[in-house]
Amino acid sequence: MTTQEALFKYTLRLSDTSLILAQRLSEWTSKGPFLEEDLALTNIALDILGQANSLLEYAAKTEGKGRSSDDLAFFRNEREFYNTLLVEQPNGDYAQTILRQCLIDNFDLLFYQELAKSKDETLAAIAAKSIKEITYHVRHTSSWVDRFGNGTEESHTRIQNALNELWRFTDELFEMNEVDAVLLKEKIAVDLQAIKPLWKKQVDAILEKANLKLPETVFMQTGSRNAKHTEHLGYILAEMQYLPRMHPTAKW
Amino acid sequence: MSNAVDVEKNFNSKLEKNDFVEPKDWMPENYRKHLIRQISQHAHSEIIGMLPEGNWISRAPSLRSKMVLLAKVQDEGGHGLYLYTAAETLGISRDELLGALHTGKAKYSSIFNYPTLTWADIGAVGWLVDGAAIMNQVMLQRTSYGPYSRAMIRICKEESFHQRQGYEIMCRLSFGTEAQKEMAQDALNRWWFPTMMMFGPPDKDSPNSEQAIKWRIKRETNDELRQKFVDRTVEQAEFLGLTIPDKNLKWNETKKGYDFSEPNWEEFYNVIKGNGPCNKERLEARNKAHSDGAWVREAAMAYAEKKKENILAA
Amino acid sequence: MSKDSQGPLWEVFVQKKAGQPFVHCGSLHAYDKEMALENARDLYTRRSEGSALWVVPAAAIVASSPEDIGPFFEPANDKVYRHPTFYQIPEGVKYI
Repeated sequence: MTTQEALFKYTLRLSDTSLILAQRLSEWTSKGPFLEEDLALTNIALDILGQANSLLEYAAKTEGKGRSSDDLAFFRNEREFYNTLLVEQPNGDYAQTILRQCLIDNFDLLFYQELAKSKDETLAAIAAKSIKEITYHVRHTSSWVDRFGNGTEESHTRIQNALNELWRFTDELFEMNEVDAVLLKEKIAVDLQAIKPLWKKQVDAILEKANLKLPETVFMQTGSRNAKHTEHLGYILAEMQYLPRMHPTAKW
Repeated sequence: MSNAVDVEKNFNSKLEKNDFVEPKDWMPENYRKHLIRQISQHAHSEIIGMLPEGNWISRAPSLRSKMVLLAKVQDEGGHGLYLYTAAETLGISRDELLGALHTGKAKYSSIFNYPTLTWADIGAVGWLVDGAAIMNQVMLQRTSYGPYSRAMIRICKEESFHQRQGYEIMCRLSFGTEAQKEMAQDALNRWWFPTMMMFGPPDKDSPNSEQAIKWRIKRETNDELRQKFVDRTVEQAEFLGLTIPDKNLKWNETKKGYDFSEPNWEEFYNVIKGNGPCNKERLEARNKAHSDGAWVREAAMAYAEKKKENILAA
Repeated sequence: MSKDSQGPLWEVFVQKKAGQPFVHCGSLHAYDKEMALENARDLYTRRSEGSALWVVPAAAIVASSPEDIGPFFEPANDKVYRHPTFYQIPEGVKYI
C-alpha cells in the first residue's frame, strides 16, 4: 500500500465517520425535546457536517482521479464506506443520541488534538479547526450525560440502557490496520492505542459522576476498517444518495 | 397617570407619534389579545415550518445544499423562539403557547400544511414562501410593540439568506437537465396559489385588518402586500424560464402592476379548518416530539432542583 | 411549577468584542446556569455576534415602571450644567 493510498483510505475513515454522524444527528432537527436543545444539537450536526465536507474534499484531492467530494459522498456503495459502526447506530431516544455523541466527542477531542500535530499539513489544519468545535461538543454532551444520570429515575434508566447498548461499538474506535501502520511511519496518522487509556479515563470520570456503570460482559463488534457494517448503513445511504443517483448527470 | 381616560390617551398618542409600546406600558386589553394571537401564530408558523423543509435534510442532493438547508431549518427554530419570548412579555407562558399549538387550538400559516414532494419544493418554498413571508416581516419591523419589533429586526437580518437559498436551487434546476426543469415547473405550479393565500383573505373579507393597522400591529393591507409580491415575482420567474400557472396574469399599465387571478379561497378556509393535505401530519409530528421530550425536560428540571439544593457536587 | 415545563426564562446579554458594552439581545428558556449559557451561545452567537456572554434569570431583574418615567427621568432634563456645552470657554483656549 502506497502512502497515497493509505492517506486516501485514512481520510475516508474520518470523513465518513463525520458524514454519517451528521446525517444521524440531523434527523433530530425539528424533533428535539425542547426548542433550545433542538438548536443546540443542530449546531453540533452542522459542525460535524462541515468537518465531513473538508475531509471529503481532501480525500477527493488525495485520490487524484477527478472525483469530487459530492461524488465520494453520493456515489460510493455500502462496502466503500469506512465510518465507524458506532455512528451509524440509530438515534434511539435522546439518551442514546447524547451518549453516543459524548463517547465520540471525547474520542474526537483526543484524536484531533493528536492529528493537529500530523506531518500532513491539510489534516493538521482541519484538525486544528475542529478542536475548538469539539471542545464545545464535549462540554455540551457531558453535561447532558450528567443531567440524565442524576436527573430522574427514568432518565437514569434510559442513559444506562444507552450505555449498555452502545458500549460494544467502542473498541473499534481504536482499531488499527495496515493503513495506520503505513501512515504512522510517516508521522501522519494518530497512534490510536496510545490515546485509548486517556479516553477510557475521561469517559470513566463522566460515567462515575453520572452514576453509570459499564456493562459487564460485552462482546466488542468490529468491521468498519474493512468496510463491513451493520445493516443500518445501507438504509442511511439509500436515503442520502437516492436523488443524485437517480439523476447522475445533474448538477445540484 | 391615574385615570383610565389619561392612560388611553397616552397609548393613542404613542401610536400617533410612531413611538413604541413596551411590556409594562398600559395597553388596551384587545391590543394585548390581538398581539398574543398574532405573535404566537407567527411563532407557531416558524416551528411548524421546520417540518416540510426538515423533510428533505436527509435527502439533500449535495453536501453544500445539505449544510445550507440544515442551517436554514435551524434558523426557523431560532425565529420561533425569538417570537415565543416576545409573546411571553405579554404575560403568557411558553407552556401555554405550546399547549395551544399542540391541541390544535392555535393557528399557524396554512402554507405549511402542503407537502414538500420533490427537492424542487425546497427551492420553491425558499423562493416563494420565504419571499412572501419576508414582505410581511419587513413591514413588521416597524410594528408598534417593542419586543415584537426587536424580534422582527433580528429575524429579518437572519432571513436575508433564506429566499436567496431557495432561488439558487430554482436556478440550478431551471438551467439543469430536462428532468430538473420539469421538477422546478411542477413545484412552481403547486406552490404558486398557496403562496398567494399567505397574505390572507381579500381586504373586504378581513375584519381584523383595519384595527390592526390602526394599532400599527400591521402596516400594510393583505391586498397591498399580495400585489407587491406578484409584481416582484413575475420577473424572477421569467428569468428562470418558468411559467406562473395563472392564465389571467397580465401587466396593467394603468395601475402599474399585474392583474392576476384570485386564489381559491374555499381551499384556503378548508385548509385553515384542518383539512389540508398535511394538517394532521404536522400536528402529530409536533405532538410526538413534545411528548417524546417530556422525560428529558423532567430530568433537566429535577437535576436543576438538586443542584439548587446542593444535593449534587458543583 | 407543573411537572412538565420549559424551565425558567433567562435574559441574554452579548458583548461583541472586548471593550464594548454588553447589550441585551433576547431571552431563552433553560433549566440551569450551564444550560442557559450554552443555549445563549447556540442561539445568539450563531453568526459571530459575540465574544462574551451574560445570562441572567429574568426573575432577578428589577425594572422601573412606566409610572416612574416622570419622577425618575424628567428631573434630569433641566440639569444642563452636567453637559460640557453648558460652559463658556474663551475662543482660542485649547485642550479643554
